[in-house]
Amino acid sequence: MKEELEKRIIKGPDGLEFEVEPLRDYYCEAPPTVMPAAYSKIVEDLFNWARSESIWILGFGTGCGAIEMRPLMTPRFDAYRFGVQWRPTPRQSNLFIISGYLSVKTLKRVIRSYEQMQNPKYVIGLGSCTINGGMYWDSYNTIKRLDQYLPVDLYIAGCMPRPEALLAGFADLKKLIRSGKAEGANEYAEKFEWYKANQKRVINDWDMPDYNW
Amino acid sequence: MHELYEKLKQYYPLGELTEQRNNLAFITLKQEQLRPVLLHLRDKENYTHLVILTAVDWIEDNCFQLTYLLSNRTNATDIGLRLMIPREDATMESIHDIWPTAATYQRELREMFGIDFPDSPRVNDDFILEGWNDIPPYRRDFNTLKFSEETFAQRPGRETVDPAEHMKQKLYPDGA
Repeated sequence: MKEELEKRIIKGPDGLEFEVEPLRDYYCEAPPTVMPAAYSKIVEDLFNWARSESIWILGFGTGCGAIEMRPLMTPRFDAYRFGVQWRPTPRQSNLFIISGYLSVKTLKRVIRSYEQMQNPKYVIGLGSCTINGGMYWDSYNTIKRLDQYLPVDLYIAGCMPRPEALLAGFADLKKLIRSGKAEGANEYAEKFEWYKANQKRVINDWDMPDYNW
Repeated sequence: MHELYEKLKQYYPLGELTEQRNNLAFITLKQEQLRPVLLHLRDKENYTHLVILTAVDWIEDNCFQLTYLLSNRTNATDIGLRLMIPREDATMESIHDIWPTAATYQRELREMFGIDFPDSPRVNDDFILEGWNDIPPYRRDFNTLKFSEETFAQRPGRETVDPAEHMKQKLYPDGA
């Protein structure tokens, strides 16, 4: 564990000494909870319709697939006309596109970013690497199945999928959200122990709280 | 390249010269000669740029080969210095005081091959592999496939086909 995360005694500017335990003091440890649906189906449907029309993507490219997002943002494919846009922070976004291979080092950052996103949130696995390892099937440092570590709503197959495939994927995701089937965040909360156990199996230097938001 | 090699040979005991192209050659030398030759090339022969420092695992000969590739920007020629170090407790003198960029290469070699460079800055810190506790993965006795199968969950149903056979089947199904 990194030195700055260890429990230690700190002397304040007024000379008082106090104990600091960063993992407990700086983060909320409460595990995620399942978010219940709205009180009536028609209201939940309205919410889902609204959610499906504002898909905000976290601008985090994990692998080579991130290169496909640039033409999507720019006038040629222009994903903004479908209500899709990219945001700089996890707090503002509700869709996480895992764009390609995921090394163990990146997986750690991905988990932190995913947990910081607000509910409801969705995950798209882009490219073969997120499905079964793709061309990195025998690599020492890339995971092979994304759905072991994060709840995935939709996969877009290909190596790499073209921007058109991503646009089709957005359309499919919208259908999923509207039909109320994109419940990844709730699934993550329900099977939290299972996901954590899987994550900790591959991340050996776990130096963060179990749930950081 | 030959003139340079002959010139260097007057001052330092050198191994053989391998000329790859007109503007690329490799010189084999002993571990002790590396620093004086590097300094000579940098200060007197204008080889001012360290392009790469990399290693090869010669597991059959029980040694690592280190290659220091230098570049002369004015006449666009590259020269590589090759040397062998024993595989057990592999240790090499650090050259970060000659080129500061070497520290990054040395850190990578420390992590991927387990070659130690004492006194190199942050050489023992994690670089790409965080929390790695197996043998260094670029060593040839490390079984990547086995490690990956044991560590990472696999999706069942993945099959591998021979590309040539597969395309033949697909394009000419009746075997024409």
